[in-house]
Amino acid sequence: MANGKKVEVRAPMSGVFYRRPTPDQPPYVEVGDTVKKKQVLALLETMKVFQKVKCPVNGKILEIVPQSETPLKDDDLMFIIEVG
Amino acid sequence: MFNKILVANRGEIALRVVRACKELGIKCVGVYSEADEASLHLRLADEQICIGPAISAKSYLNIESIINAAGQTGAEAIHPGYGYLAEKEEFAQACVDNNIVFIGPTPENLKLAGDKITAKKIMEEAGVPVIPSSPGGVTSLDEAVSLCAEVGYPVMIKASGGGGGRGIRICKDENVLREDFPIAKAEAAAAFGNDELYIEKCVLEPRHIEFQILADRFGNVAHLGERECTIQRRYQKLIEESPSPRLTPELRTAMGDAAIRAGNAVNYFNAGTVEFLLDQDDHFYFMEVNARIQVEHPITELITGVDLVKEQIRLAADGKLDFSFDDLPKRGWAIECRINAEDPDRNFLPSPGVVETYRPPGGYGVRLDSHLYQGYELPIFYDSLIAKLVAFDLTRDGAIAIMRRALDEFKISPLKTTIPLYRKIMDDSSFQKGDFHTGYINKFVPDEDEDED
Repeated sequence: MANGKKVEVRAPMSGVFYRRPTPDQPPYVEVGDTVKKKQVLALLETMKVFQKVKCPVNGKILEIVPQSETPLKDDDLMFIIEVG
Repeated sequence: MFNKILVANRGEIALRVVRACKELGIKCVGVYSEADEASLHLRLADEQICIGPAISAKSYLNIESIINAAGQTGAEAIHPGYGYLAEKEEFAQACVDNNIVFIGPTPENLKLAGDKITAKKIMEEAGVPVIPSSPGGVTSLDEAVSLCAEVGYPVMIKASGGGGGRGIRICKDENVLREDFPIAKAEAAAAFGNDELYIEKCVLEPRHIEFQILADRFGNVAHLGERECTIQRRYQKLIEESPSPRLTPELRTAMGDAAIRAGNAVNYFNAGTVEFLLDQDDHFYFMEVNARIQVEHPITELITGVDLVKEQIRLAADGKLDFSFDDLPKRGWAIECRINAEDPDRNFLPSPGVVETYRPPGGYGVRLDSHLYQGYELPIFYDSLIAKLVAFDLTRDGAIAIMRRALDEFKISPLKTTIPLYRKIMDDSSFQKGDFHTGYINKFVPDEDEDED
């Protein structure tokens, strides 16, 4: 994929969005972080099942759209990543 | 008897308790979170009270909020259902402190049920067979290695503070133990805030057989027969039946006696379940006491004729237990399928959303405990159990035929459910012969890791 291209990461299903593994730990990622493909960006909890939200590309986090601990709908935008 | 009961739960079990209250002529209060305003149990309850936001920790697990709700509505007793606060000693104690009757075991019973190591010690002293294991919690790898050599491989590592089948690892030899022990320790710390581990001998291809018990405040304990709960996925039960196709009358008597001894040994009160593992040579071992009404209680009700929720209420109101297993008019065979909003073809991924089509089964021998209705939106915040479908007939073959027919009738869409999986199992010859062990489900679904990559 071409460097500089923007990639969106969307919710695969509805669920509660968590930016950190537990309330007392730091967030998985912050805006501006360099991220690798398959790196965990967040968790999505649907009916007590936690799914890892993984990064689809190598790049940089441009935007984190939802607040932590908010419910998302299927296909809601979670992250915008610049490929690099 | 009570005039008003608050039901501190949601979903099908809240509905189950509300129905029992109605039949007993007791007013009942339904509680709900902000995400549950459309819940069916609220429509059937006499009063409704909101106890907090969608997240369970702030509503259904919020002790203060629930105690306040009972105070505000004048409920004299609280039925906790299963899950949530049902086995929290702190909650049972808060009820006592606020002069509210907790419809369930005593705080002491709950404390002990949550402490597997002490519970096992007491059972061993009471002559209830237990699985060879570590005498206490194990914290170092060296300790684990020497212990496992004594107990014999394969072994099972569990978090001392865990429950519900979470955080269990099986090690087939010392190499695996050396690899898995530190990981299990980290997982236990993360999940339960306590990194103490507990090691026991792993019984190969066992069956999971549990006995329902009831106990009054006067020291009387009775068992109500067994439930066969062998068919599980990742330690979560899928299909249960009663009686068990595996038990002989002699084994039933021996295990039932052991269950009563277990109840007596801990001064048990109200409804509970004593779980056993049964090996291929008819040895049975105590596993744990589930100090609550269980999801699968309806199958016992159908074969014994005892309404367990009404009994829980009656015993909590100081009723006396005046029967034994032999006195009960037992008949027939009951099978339950736990229907979850999960996609069995996609590694049991949850499937929330709006129920656009809902066509429940009916007819002879069918019992359906479900909180679904057409147009209901299944919230993302809670458990995926959407229905308990129970088939009852005089014979096991008859019950299977009814279950097969009821599963065919049951239409829920567009949500994905486990109905098609159960339909396949009903046609499986091993299931039909009653020949299965705890790994049976792998025949139908690969035990994939959630991380496929």
